[in-house]
Amino acid sequence: MATAVQPVEPTNYLNADYGIKSWLLTTDHKRIAMLYLISITFFFWIGGLFAMLVRLELLTPAGDLMQADTYNKVFTMHGVTMVFFFLIPSVPAVLGNFLVPLMIGAKDLAFPRINLLSWYIYVAAGCLWLYTIVNGGVDTGWTFYTPLSTAFSNTHVITGALSVFIAGFSSIFTGLNFIVTIHRMRAPGMTWQRLPLFLWANYAAAVIMVLGTPVLAVTLLLVALERAFNIGVFNPQLGGDPLLFQHLFWFYSHPAVYIMILPGMGVISEIVACFSRKRIFGYNLVALASIAIAVLGFLVWAHHMFVAGISLYAALVFSLLSFFVAIPSAIKVFNWTATMYKGSIRFDTPMLYALGFIGLFTIGGLTGLFLACLGVDVHVHDTYFIIAHFHYIMVGGMVMAYMGGLHFWWPKISGKLYPEAWAKLSAMFVFFGFNLTFFPQFVLGYMGMPRRYQSYPPEFQVLNVLSTAGASILAVGYVLPMIYFLWSLRYGQNAGPNPWNAAGLEWKTASPPPTFNFDVTPVVNWEAYNYDELDKPQEVPLAS
Amino acid sequence: MWSNLPLFPPAASKMAHQVDHLYFFLVGTTAFFTILIVCLLGFFAWRYRRKKNPVATQIEGSMALELTWTLIPTVIAMFIFVWGASIYFAETRPPRNAMEVYAVGKQWMWKFQHQQGQREINVLHVPVDRDVRMIMTSQDVIHSFFVPAFRIKADVLPGRYTSTWFHATVPGRYHLFCSQYCGTQHSGMIGEVVVMEPAAYEQWAASGSDGSLASEGEKAFMQYGCSMCHRADYQGRGPNLVGLFGKPVLLDDGRTVIADESYLRESIIYPGAKIASGFKNIMPNFQGQISEEELISLVAYIKGLGTGQSNPPATMAEPTAVYPVGPQPEKSQATSSGK
Amino acid sequence: MQASQTAAHELRHHFADMDQQRETASFGMWIFLVTELMFFGGLFLAYLVYRFLYPTAFLEGSRHMNINLGALNTAVLICSSLTMVLAVRCAKTNQRKLTVIFLLVTMLLGLAFMGVKAIEYHEHWVAREVPGPAFQFEGTDPRHTQIFFSLYFAMTGLHALHMIIGCGMVLFLMMNAWRGLYNSEYYNPIEIGGLYWHFVDIVWIWLFPLLYLISHQHV
Repeated sequence: MATAVQPVEPTNYLNADYGIKSWLLTTDHKRIAMLYLISITFFFWIGGLFAMLVRLELLTPAGDLMQADTYNKVFTMHGVTMVFFFLIPSVPAVLGNFLVPLMIGAKDLAFPRINLLSWYIYVAAGCLWLYTIVNGGVDTGWTFYTPLSTAFSNTHVITGALSVFIAGFSSIFTGLNFIVTIHRMRAPGMTWQRLPLFLWANYAAAVIMVLGTPVLAVTLLLVALERAFNIGVFNPQLGGDPLLFQHLFWFYSHPAVYIMILPGMGVISEIVACFSRKRIFGYNLVALASIAIAVLGFLVWAHHMFVAGISLYAALVFSLLSFFVAIPSAIKVFNWTATMYKGSIRFDTPMLYALGFIGLFTIGGLTGLFLACLGVDVHVHDTYFIIAHFHYIMVGGMVMAYMGGLHFWWPKISGKLYPEAWAKLSAMFVFFGFNLTFFPQFVLGYMGMPRRYQSYPPEFQVLNVLSTAGASILAVGYVLPMIYFLWSLRYGQNAGPNPWNAAGLEWKTASPPPTFNFDVTPVVNWEAYNYDELDKPQEVPLAS
Repeated sequence: MWSNLPLFPPAASKMAHQVDHLYFFLVGTTAFFTILIVCLLGFFAWRYRRKKNPVATQIEGSMALELTWTLIPTVIAMFIFVWGASIYFAETRPPRNAMEVYAVGKQWMWKFQHQQGQREINVLHVPVDRDVRMIMTSQDVIHSFFVPAFRIKADVLPGRYTSTWFHATVPGRYHLFCSQYCGTQHSGMIGEVVVMEPAAYEQWAASGSDGSLASEGEKAFMQYGCSMCHRADYQGRGPNLVGLFGKPVLLDDGRTVIADESYLRESIIYPGAKIASGFKNIMPNFQGQISEEELISLVAYIKGLGTGQSNPPATMAEPTAVYPVGPQPEKSQATSSGK
Repeated sequence: MQASQTAAHELRHHFADMDQQRETASFGMWIFLVTELMFFGGLFLAYLVYRFLYPTAFLEGSRHMNINLGALNTAVLICSSLTMVLAVRCAKTNQRKLTVIFLLVTMLLGLAFMGVKAIEYHEHWVAREVPGPAFQFEGTDPRHTQIFFSLYFAMTGLHALHMIIGCGMVLFLMMNAWRGLYNSEYYNPIEIGGLYWHFVDIVWIWLFPLLYLISHQHV
């Protein structure tokens, strides 16, 4: 008797094995990426909640929504959560973990078990951080300046600092894994100059992770020891120097911002190339610019300290170097723009995010020049100008790149298409809400409103109200994708292996990919971004 | 409505206008490049949209373009650097003969001490059209002295003096903010700088003081027994302080340091850290016994020695048993709570 | 405890061949050691800054180091690096028993180091040289000598923590060696374990002169 043939759902990394143990003990980089996705999204909402509380308080000039100590805890926890538990892992731990082996044609990262370990370390750090929050939080600011943090704060500084310390190791292991993988596990024919720029960017970020994070770790350890045993390394009353803390802290925390932005820049390169159907203009220089940013990024830390009491000569040197570090980023912006010249451009959601990134990162990056410039920095340091500057880069830049990347690779990750109309709408909310939130803060900052202020003179109110209004719009832009991404898992259209007809090895395997990525190890004998070949008439691009 | 919505701080100092000019140049540059990029993106997006341009033209790159858009921004950046650095030079080098005002920042207030002896809390009266140099320290954590109208800011550190200076040009009342997060009432650590016409300032200065800062310092110098060892009439157990301020000092380990305000302060509360060459480490340390305000008065007094602004140390008979003459045993300085 | 049957080691699925697996593991260990360098580097920087600013205080603190025990520990660690390297060599040349013995000696020397350190720490505690409320020091600049001791305990403490981890690692290697896992075809784990051990040794070689040998005289 004949039986109807049932179409068999192919085995992919999502359905290869079921059960909580298969996820919690997985060594598959793609599953680990998904574990990270869930955890960092959780912390994004925690950090976002604190942000909403800050903005609500700042609707009125008086500090009337919460007590001063509470407000100080809220902005501290916003900062620590967003920086260490969301931004630093975001693109590397989610998109990087997922894509690095696929993009180089490998079956997994070099050290899959260390990859899983790094997630557990992150979770342990996160649990300690949640414990800290629930038990009353920290109120030192995410920068933990001494002697406030070591000798004056009455909050849970030790557990807070230790949770960041532990999270640092997660970052270090991810970086280590990426560096070794990219060096040693490339498929035959995948030379350095054939690597997608996403990998160059993540490689540069990984180098920073590996070199910078240990310094933060030891600094936080000293803070914890000082607080526990009153040893005086940073306390002037005991002979220590609070500026030494600042130097050690910023030695990591400045390169950290490049850890945050470089992977985002890598995402933008991939998206702009795909939606312009062109190789990125000036590939070699964009790759080199990533490395230059990583190197120069280590040489500029004291631009956070121009008014802190450093010598004039130190200030001159760091100012000069800070101008230099802006140049490779400028080169990238010009190269992305030039890529669109004579391209063939489509405006799917990833491209909208990428275009938004380029515009907003330009503003954010140029406002960095204001800060590198000694004369102006004296005035705007520690004001809302700084807050606006780094949010333009972190949120207008990095988070938009992350969102763009999630949309771009969602079909590959989930095998489903997200609903394009809703996605475009969310992108609009994000763009509009973001600018309304943060542009007024440039004005506020130059006017002199200091950061970390709960109450402020009444003349600053209108701008603060605009900013809060923007924040609520921005929040909508972040809620919608959560909803429709989840919706798409169940009801989304099936994506094929390559719905965007994009270049890159990851698109040559199924969506979602099988556990071991490739049925046959690819042999690469084409250049990156071979869109001219992909767009030859015999290829039939799948409509999205 | 717009008059109630200021979008720019008042410019009330000599430096303010210079900073604002550079700021506007930066705004212009930012606007220029942003508009340039946005227009290019917009134009390319429209002109090369897929319907209009179905096939992309592969272009590897262009060294000429890369060099252009590397070198031009570099040149602009260097221009901004030099301009900003020159302003910073001026901002960090107070003119000679500036009027000096001492400030102590503490959680969560500002305490000011004028040379003529007035003390103020959270309000600082200064004359218009005079150079004013702030010499500041903190009693606890790091604060920062920020006057947006003057475009100046300097962190105020515990354990040393930092300084900044300004030259107010427009009488009025201006915000003073603490701009380094310092704990619970950080946003309450605010005040005013009151810039007064010369006549009004003289009037204000003449009232409400018991004597100049230096004369207070002289009293403290006697009270704490300093003049027993630091004599002007003959070489005592401690170095002669007349004319010391601002000069290099040779230390017993071979280093040379400049006797600035921070050196004087450290030498009072922790003399063992830097021992002048040829002297023994027998000075008692006064940490915890002298407040920052008294330290300031002592520093002001010692600065005036040899310049005619302070009376030389009075001769004193040999001490009674009250004042210590040997080094105190080191007490461990436990500070506040927290874990 | 199996007989000395050399076991073929399995190729992990994501590697093309054993060569790639081995080179990747070595490279990974080198990168990890770079991170460790940066980790200790922060403390070395703090040390350099304070020593430059307060040379006398550091000199006086260093006089109170027990140079005999410090020198002994240096010798112990250098010997342990020798035995570690010999263990690698024996694994390379299929001498299972000797491999185990050298690894064991390495671990014992490491433990001896920890023991000597414990004695030193105790001496400092008794002499009230441990920073904190109980600290008491007669000298020209006790505050900054306390910083010297803070850095001493932080640096040697961090080093000791790495030694403990190292001893655990050597124990693990020793047990595997006993089971016959390592031979001339496959000895990479011992080699990269050796890299870690040598690194920890080199850190001590820097710590010893910086902490113990500032002054000619010791009390």
